[in-house]
Amino acid sequence: MAALLEVQNVSKVYARGVIGPKSTVALANFSLRLEEDKPTILTVAGESGSGKTTLAMLLLGFIAPTVGEIIYRGKNIWSLSREEKLAYRREVQAVFQDPFAVFNPFYKVDHLLTVPIKRFKLASSRAEGRARIDEALQAVGLRPEEILGRFPHQLSGGQRQRINVARALLLKPKLLIADEPVSMVDASLRANILETLRNLQRDHGVSIIYITHDLTTAYHIAQSIVVLYRGSVMEAGGIDEVIKSPQHPYTKLLIDSIPWPDLDRRWGAQPIKAREVDASGDGCRFLGRCPSAMEVCSVRPPLRRLSDNQIAACTLYNDRPVLAPERLSETLPT
Amino acid sequence: MADASLLIAPAAEAAKAPPVLRVRNLEVTYYTDAGRAKALDDVSFDLGAGEKLGMVGESGSGKSTLALAMMRMIKPPGRIEAGRVFVGEVDLTSLDGEGMRKARLSRIAYIPQGAMNSLNPIMRIGAQMADSVKAHLPRESRSAIHDRCLKALASVDLAASVHRMYAHELSGGMKQRVCIAIGILLNPHVIIADEPTSALDVVTQRQVMETIDNVQRKLKAAVILIGHDMGLMAQFVDKVAVMYAGRLVELSSVRDTFYKPLHPYTQALISSLPSLDNRGVFQGIPGLAPSLLRLPAGCAFHPRCTRVMDVCRSTRPAVVARADGRAVACHLFPSEA
Repeated sequence: MAALLEVQNVSKVYARGVIGPKSTVALANFSLRLEEDKPTILTVAGESGSGKTTLAMLLLGFIAPTVGEIIYRGKNIWSLSREEKLAYRREVQAVFQDPFAVFNPFYKVDHLLTVPIKRFKLASSRAEGRARIDEALQAVGLRPEEILGRFPHQLSGGQRQRINVARALLLKPKLLIADEPVSMVDASLRANILETLRNLQRDHGVSIIYITHDLTTAYHIAQSIVVLYRGSVMEAGGIDEVIKSPQHPYTKLLIDSIPWPDLDRRWGAQPIKAREVDASGDGCRFLGRCPSAMEVCSVRPPLRRLSDNQIAACTLYNDRPVLAPERLSETLPT
Repeated sequence: MADASLLIAPAAEAAKAPPVLRVRNLEVTYYTDAGRAKALDDVSFDLGAGEKLGMVGESGSGKSTLALAMMRMIKPPGRIEAGRVFVGEVDLTSLDGEGMRKARLSRIAYIPQGAMNSLNPIMRIGAQMADSVKAHLPRESRSAIHDRCLKALASVDLAASVHRMYAHELSGGMKQRVCIAIGILLNPHVIIADEPTSALDVVTQRQVMETIDNVQRKLKAAVILIGHDMGLMAQFVDKVAVMYAGRLVELSSVRDTFYKPLHPYTQALISSLPSLDNRGVFQGIPGLAPSLLRLPAGCAFHPRCTRVMDVCRSTRPAVVARADGRAVACHLFPSEA
């Protein structure tokens, strides 16, 4: 089996200050492997500052890892030839959080769709290009005649976000990085966009890395999940296992805090500890807020295998076998 | 415009204590180059002390306009065309500019969307808080103002040291709680929070909502929570008002809204919610919200409604107050008279 994407022990450290530099570890020793022939939707979840967006930026090649390598189809993305780089840019696409900011207000929305066609020479004639745009728009449930020729401000947030998905689809990507694609969209339109994403994976064979803090939507479209907290993996595994029986205290807190639209499922009574400001220390990253913190937690716990499809990095499970971080993907069902 | 005696007459559902907030026939129009957009059309409701009302609807349904209209902060090209807003016995719409300025924060406080980005980056938090007290109570002594600020910070679970900090030293959730603290400095009767947690992650969101809940209980204020997250509504509010195209289409208790929604739009809203049981089933609401410049005739929801009748295309349904205390504007539920 060939790997589409391999993230090998990647860390990203942001250093600041020239005198007495302080550094922030945004992502620590993260590994991931996505198979080419098994398209999947993987959720990366966590709160602000957990390193989710750093991971997206690393995968898109916008920032370079401090340590480790990101291998796309057998090649490090930082040493690709010109043509390979172009292919990588086409095959790895992104949908970002803000459907308003990505449009240039002076251009009609067509611009966003025609530029990639020209740039990547996807069509040999104007008519063929138009046909591909129509096809992509229809695939995300938009009517081309209602969309093309309009300016961004004439469209709703949901329509704009779907145009972004259509743009990504136009390029027939292998991998889509969706960074909070629905968090700024009305609840009634979220369902449409999520369904579009799921169809992309099911019908077009696109793997999706769905980055979010919203575990409700993640549960509905993803097959597997990785929970990050301050740059480290806290828990990972199949979406059913992790959401229905979370084991790590942080995942428990996250799931306990979801405002379920259900009157009989109240917010948990678990008190929330304030977030520690100091990020350093060698212990468990979650130590400062953990309700079951112990003395041994001052040593960072390794990932431990709880079942075939679930791993957690927590001292509570010290009796379970340790799993090397490089083997994280083995526990993610596709 | 209805006559005065009708306005003072108590609404059917609030027989006991007089409601702290009464909104009557509020109407706001934006005069744009493309035409007149009625952003708020004949909206009336009551809210009692200690009650929490959730205001839901799609973007452009008039939720934020309603909040701004209650604060009398609609700016041109918008205009409040008609309607009255009573806080206690005071009619906010009859106050002069200075009176309204005094009423803001002391009677009715508004925590705008993205409030945490409204803090001044080069002023200490304490100085910003003191400013708003001084504007209302010019004769208050410095130490009294200081005490008042510390008390407000304490009631949103922030340390007194925050008083001397700058905005960039605080996290998003802490900034949002500072804004709540400013909102409650003068013990208002009504607090309007416009999407207070839309940019925060779930854990911080829960902290902020619990903070609002606590201060509300202390002040016995009425709270209006504006948002489109039905999950948050289920966890937080007592009553839900559903807005569609500038009109109030349903007002029910939170339990009724979730279990027995009346209006087809509310029904669609409830069935589009994700839950743990129907994994992978997506049910959006087909169609798009209408443009306020070109509202369909009759009921504004009829082009998207699954139970549309002939009458819906021609006649706009009035809001009907039902015997069970709910209110709905739909031809499926005609007046019981």
